[in-house]
Amino acid sequence: MSSLDIWMRENPLAYVWLGSYAVAFLVFAIEIAMVRHKRKITLQQVRLIREAEGEEE
Amino acid sequence: MGDGTGVAYFDGVKKLAINWFKYSAPTTFYGLAGKMIPWFAVSAAILLAIGLYIGFAVAPADYQQGEFYRIIFIHVPASILSMFLYLILAGYAALGLIFNTRLSAMMASAIAPTGALFAFISLWTGALWGKPMWGAWWVWDARLTSELILLFLYLGFIALHASIDDPRRADRASALLAIVGSVNVPIIYFSVQWWNTLHQGSTIKFSGTSMHVAMQQAMFITLAACWLYAIAVVLARVRSIILERERNTTWIAELPEVKG
Amino acid sequence: MKKSSLTGLVMLVIRRDLLLAMRRRADVLTTLIFFVMVVSLFPLGVGPEMDILRKMAAGVLWVAALLSSMLSLGRLFSADYLDGTLEQMMLAPQSLSMLVLGKIAAHWIVSGVPLVLMAPVLGVQFDMPAQALGVLIIGLLLGTPILSMIGAIGAALTLGLRGGGVLLSLLVLPLCIPVLIFGTGAVGAVSTGLSAVSHLSLLGALLMLALVSTPWVTAQALRISME
Repeated sequence: MSSLDIWMRENPLAYVWLGSYAVAFLVFAIEIAMVRHKRKITLQQVRLIREAEGEEE
Repeated sequence: MGDGTGVAYFDGVKKLAINWFKYSAPTTFYGLAGKMIPWFAVSAAILLAIGLYIGFAVAPADYQQGEFYRIIFIHVPASILSMFLYLILAGYAALGLIFNTRLSAMMASAIAPTGALFAFISLWTGALWGKPMWGAWWVWDARLTSELILLFLYLGFIALHASIDDPRRADRASALLAIVGSVNVPIIYFSVQWWNTLHQGSTIKFSGTSMHVAMQQAMFITLAACWLYAIAVVLARVRSIILERERNTTWIAELPEVKG
Repeated sequence: MKKSSLTGLVMLVIRRDLLLAMRRRADVLTTLIFFVMVVSLFPLGVGPEMDILRKMAAGVLWVAALLSSMLSLGRLFSADYLDGTLEQMMLAPQSLSMLVLGKIAAHWIVSGVPLVLMAPVLGVQFDMPAQALGVLIIGLLLGTPILSMIGAIGAALTLGLRGGGVLLSLLVLPLCIPVLIFGTGAVGAVSTGLSAVSHLSLLGALLMLALVSTPWVTAQALRISME
């Protein structure tokens, strides 16, 4: 039995929370951040295109 | 040959469908999605909180698996979602390929990352469940193996879409791949099941004959929460894709967030 | 269109592709050498214990066959794509699916059949019993055409892309898993004293399914890529 196994059996709830839920929430957080970032970048690009067109006119 | 008539038929359907889908859909959808996202996101957060509260405070510990079974409140919804999202993705891909609608292709490419992440969560939590149950992080269980292959299918879709520069070809090529993949999914699942029984692998089985009512409630609520979360994220992503693809149209120029 | 002219068309494409392949024999040989090398690396990596090697022989041969069939897939359409023949084929009045079927068949003869012929020699290296070897060969005979056919879809989708080779493997390998499972399962069944008929018939069913559907799907994929 490694020390991780012993710790796991002594603190099952901590294991479940840290191992599964924390990781899942981290994945969700990263995904949300990525989606928001993508939105920000795309909006910036679209605005740039509009401004460039506005200057041409 | 069959080819010729098939193509002629598709062309006929395309002509019927093209005006209706091609011009109205992304425009109205963009605004509608924007209004719906906060509702989905907020209700997902509330339901997740309720589900986890029931799962951890109300539901009793399983008499065989102890506290470890509480991983299912994220593991099972993630597995279910990763599978359904692939089917939905393939459905949108088929719609896009047959009717040549741009929005469905955008939806397909917006769903893929979320589906892949759910597949990853499912694998990760499955491994963490396996450790106390079987004493090993990874067991070649039929369901875990199928899930891994599903993740590969998602990654293939994303990689193919990303490596084609022309958006139209990217949409159509990855749509075809998704359809081929979804036809293959039952075959893969069956063959993995077959392989697993041959090698007498172990399968995660729930100890009691029936799950406690609170366990079921918690699982269904977190499942609903994950669905709502997935819808919110996919809608947010598809809005960015619409913005990117339609950036040269006038309706995009008139959007308040672009003007301001 | 008459049936005889269709089979004639397929034969014509096969003959042409074989002729072209014979002019570039080195390509064919490299695939075969790769297959032999991968298989021979396993005992070096795992150790020379015959019991372990005998157990894993079928799996090793199948995985190596899978990998080496990936290697040659990139060439399936790329030469015709580069010199414009593929465009001519798509404009031709004949069914593109049939032309594709011919090309797949030629690809299998060039890259699949040599692997099947080589497999018994390698199987002996792993001390496989004769009966298991026989089942392995039948399995490979049924399975390698499926690999070529599924691979053709991937080759058509990745036509002309940067880094197409790696991408192609990424797309195609997961789809080939059932073939791998039934192919190795047949050998496993025989070596545990069971009948391999059910595995082999499933493999045959997959072959029929692939034969009916993949040429058409590949033709569609080519249309998408050539637009």
